[in-house]
Amino acid sequence: MVNMLLNGLQVSVDEGMTVLEAAKFFGINIPTLCYNEGLTPYGACRLCLVEIGEPGRSKLVTSCTYPVGEGLIVRTHSERVVKTRKLLIELYLATCPSSKVIQDLASEHHVTRVRFRPRDEKCILCGLCVRMCAEQMQGKAIGFARRGVDRKVTTPFDRKSEECRLCGGCMYICPACQARCQGPREEKPICNACLNLSQPCLDYFDDAMCFMDPCVACELNSGRTPKSERRNNP
Amino acid sequence: MLQDDAEGGGGVALKDLDDILSESIRRNGESLVAVLQDIQEHYNYLPERALRSLSRKTGVPLIDIYRVATFYNSFSLVPRGKHQIVVCAGTTCHVRGASKVTEEISRVLGIGPGQVSADGNFSLDTVNCLGCCAFAPVMVVDGEYHGNLTPAKTRKILTSLKAKWLLPAGEADERGLVDDGDAEETEGA
Ligand code: FES
Ligand code: FES
Repeated sequence: MVNMLLNGLQVSVDEGMTVLEAAKFFGINIPTLCYNEGLTPYGACRLCLVEIGEPGRSKLVTSCTYPVGEGLIVRTHSERVVKTRKLLIELYLATCPSSKVIQDLASEHHVTRVRFRPRDEKCILCGLCVRMCAEQMQGKAIGFARRGVDRKVTTPFDRKSEECRLCGGCMYICPACQARCQGPREEKPICNACLNLSQPCLDYFDDAMCFMDPCVACELNSGRTPKSERRNNP
Repeated sequence: MLQDDAEGGGGVALKDLDDILSESIRRNGESLVAVLQDIQEHYNYLPERALRSLSRKTGVPLIDIYRVATFYNSFSLVPRGKHQIVVCAGTTCHVRGASKVTEEISRVLGIGPGQVSADGNFSLDTVNCLGCCAFAPVMVVDGEYHGNLTPAKTRKILTSLKAKWLLPAGEADERGLVDDGDAEETEGA
């Protein structure tokens, strides 16, 4: 057991935990994008930033990869953290505005503007699919290739891979493509529609397959049957 | 296997390939980059077939090999020219006029960065720091470093080299102009 100061609270946690796991254990919610319990932490999205160390000499680290330690001082929601986090979400929104996961993050964290030019990228290079394929599906069919701005996820030689068994694990876990919003497309990069309106998708795509799970709009409007249930028991 | 033969590396003789792979793996053991360097040195690029058979031989997943092969600038998945010119476009070299040098090379050789001349004789590539910034701007021709370049100096070096390269092989031999020893040092950043 090691003792540390978590948001001003003296706590003791198991050695070998990451700061993210420790925070979760004490019910502190840190947003993540590239983290998944079943996969090795990767530290790509930087969304799980926390501030460690004495004020004035503190630094930002990714909590999903940072191990707890004796006497560690962690602030998960300091002003600096929140500000940086919002900026990150803003950047992600500009990169991939059609991602439901990112839109929800934006709503949750009150990101109300995007100061960058939307780019409509299909991939945010979080590496979830690569790890899913290798670690959970024993596939090793996809991976990163090239470097810098050309970096991308692909199969060897950009061709259909012999290792791929079409399990769909990569699509299941992708925050950018799996949960692509099926609702009406907003003009602006910030949609916020599901949080602010009733189900925007309801009369729009009545028979379309909905990947939102859970759907914020469906949950908010619990009076109506969630879309997923409508699909399962017509 | 099937796909291998249909789409693999063109004219690569398979017998050769086996020997090179086994020899290189024996020598370098686990170091993938070293094995890839051997393949590249032999074929002048990394043929797809070679990488596939390397993956089978070593059990390293193909995607990992592909990842490494596409990461480094000194590896190429398409055939490079017989003589390779690499010019540094790193920060220091850039500040000290690498773009002028690159332009000059393009003018002399008639190819741009990333291209191979039509006759397959030479290719030009840019990299992001060759690790010898003190000599900036730098270019490497077939493994030989030329530093402190100016456009004029570059032109001089290249025109003399080009004359040498473009001679029919026999003639060059007679005149004692060709020394193949250099080719073996072709290693990049
Ligand atoms: S969740 Fe920690 S960096 Fe992405
Ligand atoms: S920048 Fe050219 S050698 Fe370092």
